[in-house]
Amino acid sequence: MRVVNGLIDWVDARLPVVNTYKKHMSEYYAPKNFNFWYYFGVLSMVVLVNQLLTGIWLTMFFSPNEGFQSVEYIMRDVQWGWLIRYMHAVGASAFFAVVYIHMFRGLMYGSYKPPRELVWIFGMLIYVALMAEGFLGYVLPWGNMSYWGAQVIISLAGAIPFDVIPFIDANDAKEIGEALTTWVRGDYLLSTATVNKFFALHVVAIPLVLVALVFLHILALHEVGSNNPDGVEIKKNKDENGIPKDGIPFHPYYTVKDLPGVIIFMMVFAVVIFYFPTGGGYLIEKPNFAPADPLKTPDHIAPVWYYGPYYAMLRATTIDWFISSKAWGLIAMGGAIAILFLLPWLDRHPVKSIRYKGLLSKITLALFVVDFLILGYLGTQPATGLAKTVAQIGTVYYFLFFIVILPFGHRFEKSKPVPERVTGGH
Amino acid sequence: MKKLFAAILFSCLPALALAAGGHDAEYEKAPVNLQDKVSLQNGAKLFVNYCMGCHSLEYLRYGRMADDLGIPDELVLKYMNFTSDKIGDQMRNAMDKDDAKQWFGTAPPDLTLEARLRDPDWLYSYLIGFYEDESRPFGYNNKVFPNVGMPHVMAGMQEALDEEEFKAAMGDITNFLTYAAEPIAPTRERIGVYVLVFLAILLVPAYLLKKEYWKDVH
Repeated sequence: MRVVNGLIDWVDARLPVVNTYKKHMSEYYAPKNFNFWYYFGVLSMVVLVNQLLTGIWLTMFFSPNEGFQSVEYIMRDVQWGWLIRYMHAVGASAFFAVVYIHMFRGLMYGSYKPPRELVWIFGMLIYVALMAEGFLGYVLPWGNMSYWGAQVIISLAGAIPFDVIPFIDANDAKEIGEALTTWVRGDYLLSTATVNKFFALHVVAIPLVLVALVFLHILALHEVGSNNPDGVEIKKNKDENGIPKDGIPFHPYYTVKDLPGVIIFMMVFAVVIFYFPTGGGYLIEKPNFAPADPLKTPDHIAPVWYYGPYYAMLRATTIDWFISSKAWGLIAMGGAIAILFLLPWLDRHPVKSIRYKGLLSKITLALFVVDFLILGYLGTQPATGLAKTVAQIGTVYYFLFFIVILPFGHRFEKSKPVPERVTGGH
Repeated sequence: MKKLFAAILFSCLPALALAAGGHDAEYEKAPVNLQDKVSLQNGAKLFVNYCMGCHSLEYLRYGRMADDLGIPDELVLKYMNFTSDKIGDQMRNAMDKDDAKQWFGTAPPDLTLEARLRDPDWLYSYLIGFYEDESRPFGYNNKVFPNVGMPHVMAGMQEALDEEEFKAAMGDITNFLTYAAEPIAPTRERIGVYVLVFLAILLVPAYLLKKEYWKDVH
């Protein structure tokens, strides 16, 4: 024991390990009233670690020059390769599932409101990096849906309306678009050159960015402290030692509380991995069991479910006013993501948590969730008559929610009084 | 209210998965049973005799099939391998893709993953779905894959067997191809039980630990 203490002292004199441990674990005071929704932050970390570890092992056996063959090699010839691959492929969907719920939690309890704007911004950057990472990873197995999905997404670079810039005419704009798509592909056609490039970005570049952003997300969170379901600032009520009265040390209280939550999550995850690894075509799409084939377009090119809402918005636009409808779709899609960054400033409700907001806020938030789910479903389905109309209505409501309801909705409802202290215990 | 809302939200999620899993009514249910070694062996036998001249199983090795289906290596090499391949080789054939394209209009695809690309029910319905049609180059057409390039290679078998026997034989081929598409599937489902039992047991002390620590938080 004396040796261990001596070692800790020696290191601590050179690196602030004890202070860091206290600041972020044993003396980080989190509100004691976290509920079910607060598991999804730690679950995102669990899935991130899952993706990093399984990803490292997949990289040992994957070859971007023979993407399709090497995935089947991993599935059949590599010891436990099938498990690692399913954990990674299902893990991608799990990542988005927990992140979406984590974001919804923030939306529900106003966790992005001052002083937590930066926590939200870093979180949004993580989300955007995650979407890039998911797309790049989806292309790697080089199945037919990988190919055609990449074809659609990369072609978006050619839909950027450069001709809105005064000195660029339509022809130049087209040329710029083509040059840009060629640059993204790294070739004149989608090819293994593209896969190699995406592989480098998927296994090195984006993961580095992701890990750095997660670090900043947590650092920013620990600086301002966690919000809670009541939206009450626990730092306003401290005892004589300067410890928030409604706060409890993150470790051991939340580490032991997260543990059963993580195990239950792992059980759900295991059920999917061992019994529904393709998720009925939603997690691994059927056309991806055929190798990439430029001559065989799948009947219906659908993104994986987690891009569904944005894909639905991309396809919902029909007007060719000023710029092409495809460009409007691109703006709708990009805008739908960009507007989330502005959330801390768009939401001008004096009350943080949905618990004490009025009926209007509750109904509009519930509608927003339904809207997002419907858009997500429509994104994976063919954009035929009725589906397209519904997607258009959904897109309008999506933006209405952020541009009108969040900034002005509070004027038309009566909020309940917010308590001084957190309620309900745990 | 909150609980109800959460419950509704989460109950929506599996519905999304179910929406994709639905089978089209037009396909007949394939008699897939990956535990039925006799059926799998018969399916493998029929496959190498009737299908493999044109369709390879590029991602399946002879040895893997021998182990999984319980067929001795010597028998596989003697009766199920018509090339000079070794036991560890992939199940390929000698057909030249360019020639095949000339002959059939399209090269016969590799079938290792066909059961996952389509669906076992589709495969089964396809195999039993050939009917005479003089307008087609080989005299047959197919119910689930209209104007398919493939000739009805099982026509002789279909004539020699009664309907039940023929359907059973096609069911065996479907079963074998379902196996070939994911040889690990039965192992995966078996291991899953142990993983879940382990996690369920681990949950007990984890939950008790949480309860112990939190009993003095009010």
